[in-house]
Amino acid sequence: MTSVVEQVERRLLAGTGAAGPGRLPVLDPSQIIGMARDAGLTGRGGAGFPVWRKLTAVAPGSVVIANGAEGEPASGKDRALLAYQPDLVLDGLQLIGMAARAGTAHLYAPKAALAPLRAVLAARHDRLPVTLHAAPDAFVSGEETAVVSAIGGRAAVPSDKRIRTVDKGFLVQNVETLAHLALIARHGPGWFRTAGTADEPGTFLATVSGAVRRPGVVEAGYGVRLGELIAAAGGPAAELRAVLIGGYHGGWVPADPALPVSRRALEPYGAAPGAGVIVALPRNACGLSETARIVGYLADQVAGQCGPCVNGLPRMAGTLADLAARRPEPGLAAEAQRLARLVSGRGACRHPDGTARLVLSAMRAFEADVAAHLNGRCLAVEGPR
Amino acid sequence: MRLHIDWTACDGRGVCTELLTEMLTEDDWGFPVLRNGDTVPPPLDGAARRAVDRCPMLALRLVT
Repeated sequence: MTSVVEQVERRLLAGTGAAGPGRLPVLDPSQIIGMARDAGLTGRGGAGFPVWRKLTAVAPGSVVIANGAEGEPASGKDRALLAYQPDLVLDGLQLIGMAARAGTAHLYAPKAALAPLRAVLAARHDRLPVTLHAAPDAFVSGEETAVVSAIGGRAAVPSDKRIRTVDKGFLVQNVETLAHLALIARHGPGWFRTAGTADEPGTFLATVSGAVRRPGVVEAGYGVRLGELIAAAGGPAAELRAVLIGGYHGGWVPADPALPVSRRALEPYGAAPGAGVIVALPRNACGLSETARIVGYLADQVAGQCGPCVNGLPRMAGTLADLAARRPEPGLAAEAQRLARLVSGRGACRHPDGTARLVLSAMRAFEADVAAHLNGRCLAVEGPR
Repeated sequence: MRLHIDWTACDGRGVCTELLTEMLTEDDWGFPVLRNGDTVPPPLDGAARRAVDRCPMLALRLVT
């Protein structure tokens, strides 16, 4: 296995020194789009969409938005980045502003993150002025259409996507994505590709929490071994049962230290690196109880607009709660899976899909626990017999 | 042509599931569920248009 030192690479989180990250070169739109394409930079907000394609699709005069809402409770990387490297984020915002020949730029982040940014902005002399907006503390407030709605002074809830956001004249990029773009502008796409894999280049920020000794934000190239990411967060604080990757909309994977954290390697588990959320579940915790708790939270975070989500998520949460509480009702697991499939693809945003993905992955990862619970036993509490 | 449902507008009134039963069924709460994808087969063009026109919430649309 490769050592931690080689795999865990600090770029966004590297100390900038007294000179700062250096001057941002002046580039024209085609150069910015070209370097984003050559670098293979993808969105770091969770969906992983190629940045250059959004840059190409957006019309001149559009509105550009840096998204640092980070509604996911287990994620802290955007807040860390805004606190630690605000200039990289703001440089990236100027770059997409140049690429889109934007008329206005906005930065959308939790209120607490905005106060220090005012001073940073005042010290810069940006071509494109940046307006700051407070993101409400809600799971879906960072969803692309919710962001556009909030910038427009409306409620931060998702809207219908029959017309793409870029076609409505808005370009929304996650703050980490923008910081990567700012580094690519300085060091070039070739440098960016020296981290990560050929298919999934570059580094990503991971928020590692749960049963680890030093929970926090770490940076590594895509394809980093799960064990190395956990080691970068101080190592496991207990023997691990499973790991949640991709956050509350992600999936449970085995606590296998050799598992590469990349889209390709996680796909068989129905998981993806997403926005880099890693939660380590200790051996003495029950995966079904933890999943039920998360699904309960996600059901509470429904925006209240779409019928299948409004009705389906609370029902799914109830089913998971019954399963976690070992109420031995036959068909409970099958019902959870049916509901997960029923709500998928049936909302303005992917909140139902993400919740369903988590539930389906839990049913697979904790299959033995499901069988035990249906017999009134819990493997985490009693151990296997 | 494809059928598009604006879930933020749909109220589960059930008109579309009645007029376009070949493509749509109802879920546990009366909201439409696509039986086999959103592509409208040519013979159902007329039925799909009627369902779109009669949606009381203007939540159903035909898109290309």
